[in-house]
Amino acid sequence: MTDNRFTGPILQVEHLKKSFGAHEVLKDISFSVEKGDVVSIIGSSGSGKSTLLRCINFLEQPTDGQIFFQGKNAEHDWPRGQYHANVGMVFQSFNLFNNMTVLQNCTEGQIRVLKRSKKEAEEKALMYLEKVGMTPYIKARPAQLSGGQKQRVAIARALAMDPEVLLFDEPTSALDPEMVGEVLGVMRDLADSGLTMLVVTHEMAFARDVSSRVIFMDAGVITEDAPPAEIFTNPKHPRTREFLSRVLEK
Amino acid sequence: MNLPKTFFGWVGLLIEQYGTMFLRGTGYTLIIALSGTVIGFVIGLLVAILKTIPVVPKDGWLKKIGLKVLNVILNVYVEVFRGTPMIVQSMVIYYGSMSMGIRMPVLFAAILIVSINTGAYMAEIIRGGIISVDKGQKEAATAIGMTHWQSMVRVVLPQAVRNIMPSIGNEFVVNIKDSSVLNVISVNELYFTGKSAAGTYYRYFEAFFIIACIYLVLTFTITRLLRLLEKKMDGSANYTIYGSQSDSKASIKLPREGDVPLD
Repeated sequence: MTDNRFTGPILQVEHLKKSFGAHEVLKDISFSVEKGDVVSIIGSSGSGKSTLLRCINFLEQPTDGQIFFQGKNAEHDWPRGQYHANVGMVFQSFNLFNNMTVLQNCTEGQIRVLKRSKKEAEEKALMYLEKVGMTPYIKARPAQLSGGQKQRVAIARALAMDPEVLLFDEPTSALDPEMVGEVLGVMRDLADSGLTMLVVTHEMAFARDVSSRVIFMDAGVITEDAPPAEIFTNPKHPRTREFLSRVLEK
Repeated sequence: MNLPKTFFGWVGLLIEQYGTMFLRGTGYTLIIALSGTVIGFVIGLLVAILKTIPVVPKDGWLKKIGLKVLNVILNVYVEVFRGTPMIVQSMVIYYGSMSMGIRMPVLFAAILIVSINTGAYMAEIIRGGIISVDKGQKEAATAIGMTHWQSMVRVVLPQAVRNIMPSIGNEFVVNIKDSSVLNVISVNELYFTGKSAAGTYYRYFEAFFIIACIYLVLTFTITRLLRLLEKKMDGSANYTIYGSQSDSKASIKLPREGDVPLD
């Protein structure tokens, strides 16, 4: 269903706004993502980073604005299931299906949404589970895994849908420091393989070393959007400078 | 005929004379309670799925109004059938339909009444079960493109149902006991047979002592069976690690047709 001839920005967010009651979380957000971009979204807690990601795949309904995927309006011109299959999501709290095994977690979407056969889905799932180093655990249930293992399965589950874009919502924030590395390693490999990624993160090293672009958000607006070298060495906005000096101090 | 002098003498006599009738009554009670609980459970699931259909702004007005109306109807159903006694519902439904010219077989009427009554309770129990499942489960299902129906049936409800198994068991036990009120429409269930047996010799204590024992055996057995079912639902506490744990690249044999399935 994806259009390979399309050459414009793969994902385009235009004047996106989101309010929860009187509280305006996102104020007029616009940016675009090219195919193969790895965009890190950084900023303080409460700046609207996660809400932005959740609006992009409609887990939250945007109050206003438009999202375009491959040039077509994501809300009106894409069937919702197709859009979700193309724009995957990895959650902070993993959200693996607790009633299924690791393998079933990775085949369920393929079978139900992409209508793949069970055999085809299992082969694909095993391929990605191997990529994240989780093949030995295909029969385990989520409750039997460590946080890092769960997140690697969650990444395999998202990849098994063959998405064009993968959204990561603070994928390492719920992990022990020891397990952060294993998940970041997987994400680094994905970035190298050319997957388009949008990563909300507090891992400054990842943002600096892996991403092709860094977006800094503050109080519901994008205050800076530049290559990592520029943001980390020469931040223009005072808020960016303040934030970076605080997080890089440690 | 020599009439017994002792309590247990009477019990023995009643069992001897009415044993098969008691057994048939037990059968009726079980059929009514079991089908009532199962059908009520299905009604509850449907009500819960329908009540949780999300509305998004791009939906047309027809869908929005339709869902509103549906919600009102479902709320009225739950309120009416939870808010009135089943004994009254039995009279209204059975004699009401009769006055409209529909003569239902009593067993059918009994199952119908218990089912819709249970459905109203189940709807609320299942709603509670759905609330008990982490919101992230539904979100993850949505995020890989599953529809509301798919994510409910495949992800949310299996977990919700596991969480509410104790309440479902309660409902079954309650139905075994409460189907006794159906004697008002002359269903041959257990309580009704007790009343018939007692009437012959005016031995109410002895007859209903037997009936009480049967009820207790039924409910006790069923509680144990449900406990076993819960254990089975939880699945094995162990799992197999394939290949070697230290070498994640260790080879895995892909499942082929004819192999033992992976799950």
